[in-house]
Amino acid sequence: MLTLHRCCKTFKVGAFGGTDLPAVRDVSFDVHTGEVVSLIGESGSGKTTIGKMILRLSPITSGTITFDGLDIATVRKRHQLKAYYRNVQGVFQDPFSSYNPIFKADRVFTTIKDEYFPGLSRSEWAGKVEASLDDVALNPSHVLHKYPHQLSGGQLQRLLIARALLLDIKFLVADEIISMLDASTRIDVLNLLGELKARGLGILFITHDLSLANYISERAVILYRGRVVERGATEKVFGNPVHPYTRMLLASVPQLQRRWEEVEQELEAPDPEEFEGRVSENGEGAPLVEVEDDHFVAVPSVDELVRTGQAVAAPDGRAPAPPRP
Amino acid sequence: MTSSQHHLRRDGVTPAAAAVMGAELPGVGVPAAPPRPRGAKRYESLYFALRNGKLLGGATIVLVLLGVGVVGPFFVGGDPNAYVGPSSQAPSSDYWFGTTTFGQDVFAQFVHGLRSTFVVGALGGGLAAAIGMVIGFTAGYRGGLVDEVLNMLTNIVLVIPTLAVLLVIAAYLSARGLVVEAIFIGCTSWPWAARAIRAQTFSLVSRDFVDLARLSGASSPKIIFREIAPNMSSYLFMAFILLFGGAVLIAATLDFIGLGPTKGTSLGLMMNNAVLWSALQLGMWWWFVPPGLGITAIVGALYVMNVGLDEVFNPKLREM
Amino acid sequence: MSLRVENLKVYYRTLRGDAKALDGATFALADGEIMGLAGESGCGKSTLGKSLILLDGRMRYIEGRVELDGKELPIWDSAAMNAYRFKEVSIVPQYAMSAMNPTRRVGKMTRELLGSRHVHFKTVAPELERRLELVGLSREVLSRYPMELSGGMKQRMVMVLSTLLNPSLLVADEITSALDVSTQKAVVRALKGFRDRGFVKSMIVITHDLSILYQIADSILVMYAGKLAEKAPAETIIRAPRHPYTQLLIASLPEVGVRYSEKRLAGIAGRPPSLLDPPTGCRFRDRCPLAFAKCAEEPPFVEVDSGHFAACWKAA
Repeated sequence: MLTLHRCCKTFKVGAFGGTDLPAVRDVSFDVHTGEVVSLIGESGSGKTTIGKMILRLSPITSGTITFDGLDIATVRKRHQLKAYYRNVQGVFQDPFSSYNPIFKADRVFTTIKDEYFPGLSRSEWAGKVEASLDDVALNPSHVLHKYPHQLSGGQLQRLLIARALLLDIKFLVADEIISMLDASTRIDVLNLLGELKARGLGILFITHDLSLANYISERAVILYRGRVVERGATEKVFGNPVHPYTRMLLASVPQLQRRWEEVEQELEAPDPEEFEGRVSENGEGAPLVEVEDDHFVAVPSVDELVRTGQAVAAPDGRAPAPPRP
Repeated sequence: MTSSQHHLRRDGVTPAAAAVMGAELPGVGVPAAPPRPRGAKRYESLYFALRNGKLLGGATIVLVLLGVGVVGPFFVGGDPNAYVGPSSQAPSSDYWFGTTTFGQDVFAQFVHGLRSTFVVGALGGGLAAAIGMVIGFTAGYRGGLVDEVLNMLTNIVLVIPTLAVLLVIAAYLSARGLVVEAIFIGCTSWPWAARAIRAQTFSLVSRDFVDLARLSGASSPKIIFREIAPNMSSYLFMAFILLFGGAVLIAATLDFIGLGPTKGTSLGLMMNNAVLWSALQLGMWWWFVPPGLGITAIVGALYVMNVGLDEVFNPKLREM
Repeated sequence: MSLRVENLKVYYRTLRGDAKALDGATFALADGEIMGLAGESGCGKSTLGKSLILLDGRMRYIEGRVELDGKELPIWDSAAMNAYRFKEVSIVPQYAMSAMNPTRRVGKMTRELLGSRHVHFKTVAPELERRLELVGLSREVLSRYPMELSGGMKQRMVMVLSTLLNPSLLVADEITSALDVSTQKAVVRALKGFRDRGFVKSMIVITHDLSILYQIADSILVMYAGKLAEKAPAETIIRAPRHPYTQLLIASLPEVGVRYSEKRLAGIAGRPPSLLDPPTGCRFRDRCPLAFAKCAEEPPFVEVDSGHFAACWKAA
């Protein structure tokens, strides 16, 4: 349904916009109907930028994003944009920032009605709203006519999903929607995403939390500093991580059943310090190699291999030994 | 003024503090009480507004003077510059503010002067506010090249020596009216307002609810007026008050140096004439003291109102 | 016993009355113990942490007793507490890393901070450098501005500063919440290192993330709506919790390995009660699947097993 092909995004920073800051480099992946794809990365990985590019909130520097065959860079005029947003919507991280604090929370529904359903009668609209709220397991009497500060984070996030459902969307960009919620409500919103995917929605689940990604997604894409380092079916990426960065990430996740020391040993993961503060080399992404069915890994550069101890420079100056399988 | 560093919520609480407060006090947010009425926040502001001494005091003075300026002229007759009585009379029961060297009624002049001062203030201030808002919102919302161009425009207007321009204009326009003066003031005093509004808009534009409005297919002007401006309403109101006060002062200065309207009268013009005809040396204090006090009272009261409003809208400044 | 807290009650002043944020906490911490304080937002964990060192403007001390190393801490008296702050009790506050003055170099800020405690910078400078090195920061961090440092570096800097005078008790309030998962690991390990090397005697680590606590804490205390729910050694809390809230909480955490298609996890329905007007009896009653008639009476926080405390009629 949605395909990214060699997408790049460069920001111009510094005085007079002189310096280039590449945020996304050469990223390609796709999302099909009825599946959740997790976009995993830490801060600075470019995952939010990709989400914004898909939602057309940020222009693409190079590369293409196609939605159902349509190149979204061609969506420029207002009516085209509105048609696009009928199919693609987003939910963001901070539920309290997503609502205009001086208005009631259900005003987000009214804006949709004004733009997309101007002719609908009151009762018809009320029926639509109730159906949407029902889909997200919210009781209308609890959430309508209230101000955002009177509702909890979980309710607000669900309201945003309900808003997206009002438009009968096909694709949802969920940008860290869980991270600001309490542990006991997180899983409910996550389960909601599962129900939506069963209805045929395609979801891009942007997150830094690997356990959540593992729980809900069919496929995962791991980003490091704007480049894809590993992607493929979730169980394969998590079960058999190949790239040193993925291994490091998995080894850093605090788990409830195992101590870090155990996990580190099992994964033979490099130290986080190996990845800290390194200026990335060139602007291009590394090519992806298929290591098994539906499991692609970026070829680590020679530098990376030596530094993370996966290869040793041959003493007589010849090419380094290949990485251990 | 409210800080634009972090996105400030309407009640002046930073997200960090809100997270701490909200994190520790969900009970405060959850309505155990019945749901608040629509616009409850506005009523809360009104509650504090009605109890703020500075706001009430300032508003009273301004309103009293406004009342005098509006209804006064109906009582004192049509032409303030008519020669009605003996010259250089001190205040008496016939002529409350005395008379000028030409026998004009100072009180009549004062009352008419008040009216024109308010007109200039409202027109000039209003025009400046409108221009400032358009430019500030556009620059803040669009950013990029549009912002750079508008910034340049703002800086140019800021730097132009308005007095020199006015002198040139005065040389070409033999007759100048109140409206022309107001337009001139409006067109030259907007830069600081545009800058301030642009800064506030910048901080609001990056908020998620603006992105959400975009995702709802709303057009840019709609987003600016329906999402961003309402969040800044207190700011805009205060900017208008300051522009009003500023316009009154500028008009008084212009009138004083003779670059004001060629007909009619105003407080500044009264002072101009008083100085021209040596009222100070002749001891005719009743000629220049009332207009001077009038201007001071209006502008001073407006500034005090501004301070009071800041307290009303920014809860941290309230003396609780 | 290093720290002993008895029936501590601290409320928040609000426009609508007092929010009973911390309503009777009683527990003890041994020397050298790292206790994790877990719970969701609004449970009172930050209030508990803060009240041990500094009551801010809106907090109101109601009753309770705090004893550190045998001495009673006068937490209701901010001026008297000054003698203890930084030297006996120290805190790494929430959002500390964003609270550093952006116009001051880190070294200058350190100097001023130490000066306010009447400690000469020169006397502690060698120790400071040693500790910076231990957490993986170089000396030249002191000559940088805060915005030149990454989140993890800032957090470690703040941690070194807070423990410079070797306090008996360190309260670490949500030190990992704004960090990447790889930096989290480094920061949390550095924290444990402080205890292992004896810079700090005991620690209270406040977080909502139970899995972090499993990695470093010796014991975990779970709070709910201002009251203590359960306290036990870390292993026990995770493997065999007795309080229904703890059980449901742990059951709702997705682990690497659990998948939606295989096992559907469930959250806890409902919301925590209002702290302005909390219900009588057990505060978890409305959401608890095991609630019965006796829950209308508040269960005491008692020892149900060796070193294992719980506040539930069914747990005893």
